[in-house]
Amino acid sequence: MSELYPARSPATAWRRLEDEVIVMAAQDSTLFTLNEVAALIWEAADGQTALATIVRDRVCAEYEVDFEQAYRDAEELVQALAGHGILMVSESPLEPAQS
Amino acid sequence: MNRGDRRRMVIEIGGLAIALDCAEAGFVRLIEENYAGFLAPSDAPAACEFTIELAPPRQVNPDDDVQVSFADGRWCVRRGDFEAQYEPCSGRGWVRHTANPYSVDTLLRIVHTLLLAPEGGFLIHAAGAIRNGRALIFAGVSGAGKTTICRLAPPDVILLSDEICYVRRQNGGYVVHGTPFAGELGIPGVKVSAPAGAVYLPARGETHALKPLKPAEAARELLRCILFFADDRELAANVFASACDFVSRTPAYRLEFRPEPSVWEFLR
Repeated sequence: MSELYPARSPATAWRRLEDEVIVMAAQDSTLFTLNEVAALIWEAADGQTALATIVRDRVCAEYEVDFEQAYRDAEELVQALAGHGILMVSESPLEPAQS
Repeated sequence: MNRGDRRRMVIEIGGLAIALDCAEAGFVRLIEENYAGFLAPSDAPAACEFTIELAPPRQVNPDDDVQVSFADGRWCVRRGDFEAQYEPCSGRGWVRHTANPYSVDTLLRIVHTLLLAPEGGFLIHAAGAIRNGRALIFAGVSGAGKTTICRLAPPDVILLSDEICYVRRQNGGYVVHGTPFAGELGIPGVKVSAPAGAVYLPARGETHALKPLKPAEAARELLRCILFFADDRELAANVFASACDFVSRTPAYRLEFRPEPSVWEFLR
């Protein structure tokens, strides 16, 4: 499996509110609410850290979850967020994301 | 018309004064009546100064959206019957519209959103009231019950507005100010303020019920109700940050209510 490197789009504003993250797309002000697992992945999506590392170090370290299943869910999430234009996904490291 | 025929009016909302300079005596009287509770002395300093030019009546599409954009150092505002420019550097601008007092409402709302956004405040489509020294905000679209709740308010409640509240970041917290913008109640708010106490999202129901909202959900709901017109990513990000900060400091609830005065005893 090839590595995936997710990076938050600089064309977003976001904020952690307790265990969730709310994201606003700058282009059309659409809002997204990320649950606590998605919030961990979002915060770690700096373009430099591979998704597999994020899942292992952040998700599996925090929750009792099988890596393979967690990775599949995480990949589905980042592709969905990329489809909305608020996350970029690359097979090589990206420039550090702006927070 | 010479300068001597013009009149300067200063309308102060939320502690921010905007001066309007107009030559038409009849329109001046109308503005002074509509904003009576929010008029400052005519020589009071103001954050910005606008010259009003009245245009002849014309056919417009009432569904026209207002467009607010920034170019060449000035804000440009356009709608079918309404055009304005404002230069933040000089604090001066002009507005051209028909002799319709709602155009002044539009101008004031837009300019205040532009002034508030960088400093961490916002205008919100909400009824507001002060009780026991705290401001309670009832946010929602038309029909949610904002005016009904205001009508049910007991005598010790001071109504800030049944339509639009003015929220400013002040003294390390958020302060809610009354506005002259009236909704179905048809009564302007009062020029008073109080620290934000709680936000409610009202909806009519069979009984009274309160459900606390998580901050992210509260922020989403609040952002739907915040007035913001400008096509400007930086200011939009400011408003987003303010809404998130506000809900992290202010409890928010979904409020189901039966339209009876007892709802006021039920509020936290």
